[in-house]
Amino acid sequence: MEAGRRGFLKLAGICTLGLAAKPAVNLLWGDHLEAAQVSPNPGALAGKKWAMVVDMKKCWEKGKEGCKDCLQVCHRVHNVPDVGNVKEEIKWIWTEHYQNAFPGQENEFAEEVVKDKPFIVLCNHCTNPPCVRVCPTQATFKRKQDGIVMMDFHRCIGCRYCMAGCPFGARSFNYRDPRPYVKQDLNMTFPTRERGVVEKCNFCEERLAVGLLPACVEACKVGALTFGDQSDPKSPVRKLLSSNFTVRRKAELGTQPNVYYII
Amino acid sequence: MKIYNADKIIPGLLIFVCLMTLPFWYAHGKPVPPPQPKIDTPVIQQLKEKECVLPKANMRTEHMQLLNDWRAWVVRDGNRLYVADSGKSYNMSLQNECMRCHSSKVQFCDQCHNYVAVVPYCWTCHIEPKENK
Repeated sequence: MEAGRRGFLKLAGICTLGLAAKPAVNLLWGDHLEAAQVSPNPGALAGKKWAMVVDMKKCWEKGKEGCKDCLQVCHRVHNVPDVGNVKEEIKWIWTEHYQNAFPGQENEFAEEVVKDKPFIVLCNHCTNPPCVRVCPTQATFKRKQDGIVMMDFHRCIGCRYCMAGCPFGARSFNYRDPRPYVKQDLNMTFPTRERGVVEKCNFCEERLAVGLLPACVEACKVGALTFGDQSDPKSPVRKLLSSNFTVRRKAELGTQPNVYYII
Repeated sequence: MKIYNADKIIPGLLIFVCLMTLPFWYAHGKPVPPPQPKIDTPVIQQLKEKECVLPKANMRTEHMQLLNDWRAWVVRDGNRLYVADSGKSYNMSLQNECMRCHSSKVQFCDQCHNYVAVVPYCWTCHIEPKENK
């Protein structure tokens, strides 16, 4: 058979049509796994834009000196390891000095009220998160429904762009298998992480899904941490924001942090 | 055609081929016993209707696809409830839902995965249940 150019092109066209057959078949007689079968938990806390207000005054004045309830409970429920090495530290919620939490704000003769005081810091779940922009695999993403900056650990390839992108140091890399370093008993309902992934605070997304407030908020005995929906004018967060002067960490960078501080 | 040192090369090649195929000769004719996973855990024994999320045949062939979908729906969309065709709803979670009934990883996961030599890396992060020995 003589194969002319015209014949070849026709054949190629028919072959291309053949490639479209499989998606068409799938569309008509697709497998029975359908997204229509899934829904959020009915008891889940719903919000459009979660935020937290940290009342440092309350924490220092009413709380006991050296109280670490919020840090410990977070590390316990999320199986956060303690590697015992500052360079490899895994941080979900931790304390910073004023000059590190709010750089550029420190005065030469610092007020005694903030000097040497611990500031509770965590992921700010920014409205405009740089970590999400730089993630090449979309392992870090901003959840559309409630604004939580989430991580899909399955997708993380450990490139650490997000750690470079985050101006708050809220992301930590697992340089080694973290499981042997989980000092407390493992929380059997939450996974650990593995070597080579980045992790950070998830605003207790797994607790919100079953109708519970974040663990740190629940653990604080003096009520220094308040969690709520910023888009709801009646939420406790909005009430605190309207009645107090609040600051955010490095707001000048334009990431729009959603953790507010009353100092 | 002439091969230099054929008296050494050809026996050498024969020995090499024999050694390389030794594992095949060794297992030749012996059937490899198929896995017999025991899935009658205490929780399953107490179930009135012994049914899983999908029918047994579909679970066998599609559980990895199901887990993949569950992962995307939970992590990325925030949906946690799955309504099966039977009308029963399940909390989409490997660690908290699958292993609630199938509480033995050794029996339920490893038996078949070892047989077909696949190594899924679920358990590097997810915590396997403490085996009830």
